[in-house]
Amino acid sequence: MKRKFDLYAMTWRLPIIFWQLLFFVGPLLFMVAISFFVVKNYRMTEAFEMVNWQKMLSRGYFWDSYWYTIFIAGISTTVAMLLAFPASFALAFRASDNLRRWAIFLLIIPFFTSYLVRTFSWYVILAESGVVNAMLGQIGLGPFKMLNTHFGTVIGYLTLTLPLVVILQTVTMANVDKTLIEAARNLGCKPLATIWRVVLPLSKTGLIVAALFCFILSFGDFVAPFYLGGSQEPTLPILILDTTKSGQQWPRAAVVAIMMMATLFTIAFAAIALAYRKGGAR
Amino acid sequence: MKPKHLITRRMTPTRRDVLRIGGGMALSAPFVGRAWASTTEINMLAWYGHGEPDMVGAFEEANNVKFVPKYYAGGDNMLALIAQSPPGTYDIILSDAEFVQQLNAAGYIEELNAADYPFDDMLHEDFTKFPGHWADDKLYSMMVRGGHLGVSYNTTAASAEEAASYEVFWKEDLKGKVGHFDWHLPTLGMMSLKNGNGAGLWDLDDAAWSAVQETTLSLRPQVGGFFDYGGTFNGLKNGEMLAMCGIGDWITGVLERDGAPVASTIPKEGGIQFTESYSIGKDSEKADICTKFIQYMLSPEGQVKSAQMVAYPGFCITKAGRAMLQEVDPAEAKRSHQMEGMANDPIALINEGRIHYRDIPQQQSLEDWNDFWSEYKNA
Repeated sequence: MKRKFDLYAMTWRLPIIFWQLLFFVGPLLFMVAISFFVVKNYRMTEAFEMVNWQKMLSRGYFWDSYWYTIFIAGISTTVAMLLAFPASFALAFRASDNLRRWAIFLLIIPFFTSYLVRTFSWYVILAESGVVNAMLGQIGLGPFKMLNTHFGTVIGYLTLTLPLVVILQTVTMANVDKTLIEAARNLGCKPLATIWRVVLPLSKTGLIVAALFCFILSFGDFVAPFYLGGSQEPTLPILILDTTKSGQQWPRAAVVAIMMMATLFTIAFAAIALAYRKGGAR
Repeated sequence: MKPKHLITRRMTPTRRDVLRIGGGMALSAPFVGRAWASTTEINMLAWYGHGEPDMVGAFEEANNVKFVPKYYAGGDNMLALIAQSPPGTYDIILSDAEFVQQLNAAGYIEELNAADYPFDDMLHEDFTKFPGHWADDKLYSMMVRGGHLGVSYNTTAASAEEAASYEVFWKEDLKGKVGHFDWHLPTLGMMSLKNGNGAGLWDLDDAAWSAVQETTLSLRPQVGGFFDYGGTFNGLKNGEMLAMCGIGDWITGVLERDGAPVASTIPKEGGIQFTESYSIGKDSEKADICTKFIQYMLSPEGQVKSAQMVAYPGFCITKAGRAMLQEVDPAEAKRSHQMEGMANDPIALINEGRIHYRDIPQQQSLEDWNDFWSEYKNA
């Protein structure tokens, strides 16, 4: 059946379409375009040359940073999902509605403060002369090096992502039909098996979306690997900064940024496909 | 307690109040605007700290001007900011000396009148004809301060004798505790000095460049991180890093003033001098007041302010400036060795040939050095 053009509905849709065109599609196309520009005397010059792509993709350090960024963001996502799950489960199934509301409110509070400030506060906690090592020292352990390590980077990523992951997981699981869980338990399903065979399949979409958000935020974060990881090894956002700092190579930085976006698009599409895949649990 | 009718009157303005206040504001507006306009704004492009009140406050007050600083980090960044701005955007530009030549070649700066500046009061002959500041006997930039880069270390982790050589960075006890200031130029310059390149540290043929890369890579297992100014500062302060490559007193001096057990020294292989110079932006309409400001920075008062600068200290380059520093702040003069006869007196170090002015690579491009730096960070 042919749908009638609805001017009223379109009027409401237009602002978001314009917004996306202006602030997402436009800059994205511009970024693709400048990846073919060249820099002469610290000034970008319009051109259509492959030199930036050839230069960046042929460098070993680009690929080292690329795989390291995927690896460390993957670790961060796994840790965040595992740490968040017990808390989210308790909030979704054990806590009262009132307590859950308060918990979600408290989880939102960290976002009121600057992420950079929260990251810097870890210096006091993780330093060799910091709070954690002082406590471990009381029982004869340490000091352990935590700043300027992969561990420091992951702590920074979790500072950014963990509250969000807990919120997304909680909201997802709170919407699971509790009668299905009770039915499983009444039919003799053990607690862990109930989680595995009922809760997880029913919350699959939300959990995958939570993991995806966590990965996206970690993958693109500059602050944690720079300030808590000591830039060793550099992630792709740090490589972008290094590239622009030396010789103002914005076109080469655009190549790195496009590679990052392409990677995230691929992972996001795969994750969404997995989340909405039909064929349920057996 | 006030009578109730008075409180009500305060809270509820009458029509007469509104007319009186509104009328007063309307009538005074043109004068406010004029008073505002009479303060001349000077657009400054500089490293962080140069446009802060401790540096420009007194000059602003005395001359009814207001500096509007735009801060950059690194010469490349500075050149890009100028290249991307219309002519006349920046009235005064503070740059590292090695980038002055490029500023001039691109036509971004005005010629200066040499007679305006105290060349006869310079502490060292080199400062009167600083490389790149003159072209065809015309002056384009005026050096105002400098600082030395060498071995920066925690005095509880290494002795002064150990810090007298770049070898200290390879010390077993410092494994994982050596930090890098995240800029290739000073670190690779130091590695070149360690390899014995001396005055030719920037002029490396293929073999010497390979050797510098090899030396640098051998340091990688010792390295605990790569930091910006804030990270370097924090790393040294909280003891996460016990030695730093690529910096000098411009960072440890700030910590030292606060009592931290850190110091910077110029090792036997030699050190590097960073030099900061002022230029006047091309087509600036405020060249006269900018000239006056550069003169102020070279005056004894300006030189003392530079030596005491909150963000990062630099040494005096004029005799009168040094004399005044010794008089008004002998502790800082002593701390920074700006006293005749002291070991590590910056001027004596230059005279002894232990200091080399920072430059850009002569036989490789900056891009080559940056590429290697990225590889090194990933190694």
